[in-house]
Amino acid sequence: MKIVIIGNGMVGYKFCEKLVAKMNRTHVNSITVFGEEIRPAYDRVHLSEFFAGKTADDLTMAPKEWYAENNITLHLGDPIQNIDRENKTVHSYHGITIQYDYLIIATGSAAFVPSIPGVEKKGVFIYRTIEDLEMMTDHAKKAKTGAVIGGGLLGLEAAKAMIDLGVTDTHVIEFAQRLMPRQIDDAGSDILQAKLEDLGLKIHTNKNTLEILGGDTISGMLFSDETHINVDMLVISAGIKPRDELAKLSGLETGQRGGIVVNDHMQTNDPFIFAIGECALYKGMIYGLVAPGYEMADVVATKLTGGEKAFTGYDMSTKLKLIGVDVASFGDPFISSDDTKSIVFQDAVKGIYKRINVSQDGKYLLGGILVGDAEEYNMLLQTTKNKVILPPHPEDVILGSRGGSEGADTGAGVLSLPEAAVICSCEGITKGNICEQVIDGAETVDAIKKCTKAGTGCGGCVPMIKDLVLNTLKSQGKYIRNVICEHFNYSRQEIFDLVRIKKLKTYDAVIDEIGKGDGCEVCKPAVASILASLWNDMVLNKGLDTAQDSNDRYLANIQKGGTYSVVPRVAGGEITPDALILIGQVAKKYGLYTKITGGQRIDMFGAHVSDLPDIWQELIEGGMESGHAYGKSLRTVKSCVGSTWCRFGLHDSVSFAVQIENRYKGLRAPHKIKSGVSGCVRECAEAQTKDFGLIATEKGWNLFVCGNGGSKPQHAVLLASDIDEETVIKYIDRFLMFYIRTADPLTRTATWLNKMDGGINYLKNVIINDSLGICEELEQDMQRFLATYTCEWKEVVENPELRKRFTHFVNAPKEKDPTVKFETVRGQKNAADWK
Amino acid sequence: MSKTLTETTTWFLACKTSDVAENLGACVKYKDDQIAIFNFSRRGEWYATQNLCPHRMQMALSRGMIGSTLDNEPKVACPFHKKTFSLVDGHCITDEHECRLKTYPVKVEGDDVFIGISQDDINMDAYGF
Ligand code: SRM
Ligand SMILES: Cc1cc2nc3c(=O)[nH]c(=O)nc-3n(C[C@H](O)[C@H](O)[C@H](O)COP(=O)(O)OP(=O)(O)OC[C@H]3O[C@@H](n4cnc5c(N)ncnc54)[C@H](O)[C@@H]3O)c2cc1C
Ligand code: SF4
Ligand code: FES
Repeated sequence: MKIVIIGNGMVGYKFCEKLVAKMNRTHVNSITVFGEEIRPAYDRVHLSEFFAGKTADDLTMAPKEWYAENNITLHLGDPIQNIDRENKTVHSYHGITIQYDYLIIATGSAAFVPSIPGVEKKGVFIYRTIEDLEMMTDHAKKAKTGAVIGGGLLGLEAAKAMIDLGVTDTHVIEFAQRLMPRQIDDAGSDILQAKLEDLGLKIHTNKNTLEILGGDTISGMLFSDETHINVDMLVISAGIKPRDELAKLSGLETGQRGGIVVNDHMQTNDPFIFAIGECALYKGMIYGLVAPGYEMADVVATKLTGGEKAFTGYDMSTKLKLIGVDVASFGDPFISSDDTKSIVFQDAVKGIYKRINVSQDGKYLLGGILVGDAEEYNMLLQTTKNKVILPPHPEDVILGSRGGSEGADTGAGVLSLPEAAVICSCEGITKGNICEQVIDGAETVDAIKKCTKAGTGCGGCVPMIKDLVLNTLKSQGKYIRNVICEHFNYSRQEIFDLVRIKKLKTYDAVIDEIGKGDGCEVCKPAVASILASLWNDMVLNKGLDTAQDSNDRYLANIQKGGTYSVVPRVAGGEITPDALILIGQVAKKYGLYTKITGGQRIDMFGAHVSDLPDIWQELIEGGMESGHAYGKSLRTVKSCVGSTWCRFGLHDSVSFAVQIENRYKGLRAPHKIKSGVSGCVRECAEAQTKDFGLIATEKGWNLFVCGNGGSKPQHAVLLASDIDEETVIKYIDRFLMFYIRTADPLTRTATWLNKMDGGINYLKNVIINDSLGICEELEQDMQRFLATYTCEWKEVVENPELRKRFTHFVNAPKEKDPTVKFETVRGQKNAADWK
Repeated sequence: MSKTLTETTTWFLACKTSDVAENLGACVKYKDDQIAIFNFSRRGEWYATQNLCPHRMQMALSRGMIGSTLDNEPKVACPFHKKTFSLVDGHCITDEHECRLKTYPVKVEGDDVFIGISQDDINMDAYGF
């Protein structure tokens, strides 16, 4: 059987992939693909990431070699020009004529460009291919103001792209009376509009473009209400037009508004020709999304390899990505009839709008809209699709369960989904498929990704896969060992205890005694951290050096381009004029970029590896030391000026911050640790966002723990109030050592607490009431650490053997890496951008 | 090291065995090129690859962490984004689409460590980009 595919886009590629996986070589003896674009199929869905630095290669679905390896002949940059249905051949632009037994049309669609006078001007773009993006990038360099016609899913993505391109003054022109008219309702759209305006976009709804103004190049737009705006650049994103021209030419049936008419098997009116993806018209509908296209590809691949499968339509639920505002709609977002009820939650302050449509009896979810917070999207979508019975108070699914017992199950968890629930809609993988694989031995998310491809598309379902894996394992009575990697069959806590009991001192000793193989980039740093927390030997000693993460190994943070940054400790953020001058002198001498960090100290960037020891030497001679900015260890203790200067200060927060920072500096932990000390409740040191923080009260100090900034900010919780300084130190000693003993690798204190059975009450019991009877031991551990602290930079500076390792070339120690490149920005040097 | 070596291989004296700390890597300058060399003493083996990480074109692999996979294949992890590459044939283990590293044979005679450069390598562009 000879199969020819026209179009090498996302769906055309997916068809090849599915065909190869299902077929038996004896049946299919040739597969040929013709693509109009010059590169192999790439991920159009993530096209906008091109502006965030992804390259065409990063977006490629599979490289050319993949086609060769699977015996697929790929003709790129060679569109098919006609189909001869009688002789069953196709003819290409470059003159190739080839016979088929079955022909698959996957020509996708083109951007729909309304016939507005002036669309041909320079600076007017569509948004569909990598070439479109390249041209936009070029033009954007000269543009200041921009506009997008179309306020739908794609239009908003294009608007974000404009901002990313530096065209920050951008208008969105929508013909309908609201944004995303097909996905969300008026109220949701209002919230979305307000959020986008916060991002700097100017939104115009109810606007009809009459003409594009300018000479050769666009200079403005005129609207039917006689207003006009000046713009240097325009992207038209007003919809899509299926590419059915070939089909029309060869007499295949097409729809009135475009699209190749297909039946349940994606067959056109010629039984030997199929159409899939955005060019196919199924029951009067064009599916402009990738998931239905993949499903169509599966239907045809199944059919051609002897199986039976039909297309039965597809859910059009979507989530807007990239723009920085969560927007999603699922099921039927608008339904409102007698037998449905809607529950609406609106928070104009935070900019959140949620609507769910529920059946009259309150049992089923029919659809809904989420704006501002779409975290529950996946769950809600599955609940709708699979007709999962809702909890007694359906509003719980968007608001969480309020009142009553804490953390009550909302009833809509992944466990309540039926086996047939599609978890990964990009690849069409069901809950049943995943659980089956787990039982067959694929016991990690990575393993599931490998054997089912679930989670490899948009990635939105990964948290659900994780839950499914864990729960399936649990339900099989398997004790879930939270093992750190394939080289150790133990959790971090177990390794910690074993290393301590067996008194293991080097990485090799640990892996020989309780692990297997040679280790890897996951277990090495984890074990190195345990060894450092327990014995506090110099991290670059023989047998420890090999296990350090790259930054610890060079006692500095590696930067773009391969140079390093140097951050000396500035305890509590308090610094003398002499130290400031010294930093300035050193930075000048070694040509370093300087910046005040978010942690109240100064970072010097751009140091060559071979300069590091000399730089440290000068800093040390001036009385400074390592700030451990590279380590999973104590970073900074931020302070406010407190009672030393501030009219509200209750105690001397600076002195206390300095004391605390000096006490715990260099303490290695599962992740970095940060702290802050504020002199009163105004909280200028942000102590409540830290792993541990102190706020002065009339009577002493309030101690907060387990706060976090970063991507999932979380406020710290109160551990003890109105305690004196001595008690503060005692509790922090215990708290830190307990964390170091029991947390998983790379887990900040906030996440550690979130996972802890019993939560803060349990932690209070351990730290304050000594419920485990280990407090004395924890305090002794801390004492031992305090007695052994040394500055790592100083050790390198003084040790010629270690110093020797800070060179770029072993065989040319004096030479610097010639590939390091810098640029100048605002009078200082910066790392050159990477490719 | 699975390559069959032809007579066109030139052995280049890269360094002394003691120059590369145990179970760590170092970077060797060869003409205008940079080669990462690894003293995998835990396995009693030496490996060499291009120093350039193909992911973001960083001269960094010599500063990476070495280890092995479940199937006991020796590998190195780039310090930048932790992509891992086989030390044997240079293929990327974490990402099948990533380019393969060039690998070089290594031999140790006494204290001297040599890297084998084949004729094609010599004609290769300075940095491969
Ligand atoms: C330099 C600095 C930015 C600046 O120019 O101000 C910075 C730079 C980096 N931060 Fe940060 N962070 C800096 C303050 C912060 C702060 C603000 C603070 O400490 O008050 C936060 C939020 C507070 C927090 O951690 O809870 C912060 C949250 C993060 C996170 C997210 C952690 C999380 O739990 O979600 C990361 C990623 C990580 O550690 O995994 C990160 C990681 C990084 C890394 C290490 C990224 C990397 O791997 O290369 C950056 C290293 C740059 C370098 O090589 O020096 N940085 N980073 C700040 C150094 C402070 C210092 O003096 O040591
Ligand atoms: C910026 C952007 C963002 C998107 N975001 C999302 C999203 O978040 N979620 C989602 O589900 N979908 C999204 N989409 C839509 C998604 O990309 C499409 O649904 C999907 O690409 C359709 O695949 P296809 O193979 O049918 O068409 P295409 O990917 O367009 O491929 C068709 C290919 O056929 C070629 N071709 C046409 N005629 C011929 C011919 N005669 N001979 C040879 N080759 C020919 C074309 O040049 C093209 O390469 C987005 C699209 C864009 C442009
Ligand atoms: S937020 Fe932190 S990690 Fe992110 S770019 Fe800034 S410094 Fe780097
Ligand atoms: S540069 Fe090596 S992994 Fe990114």
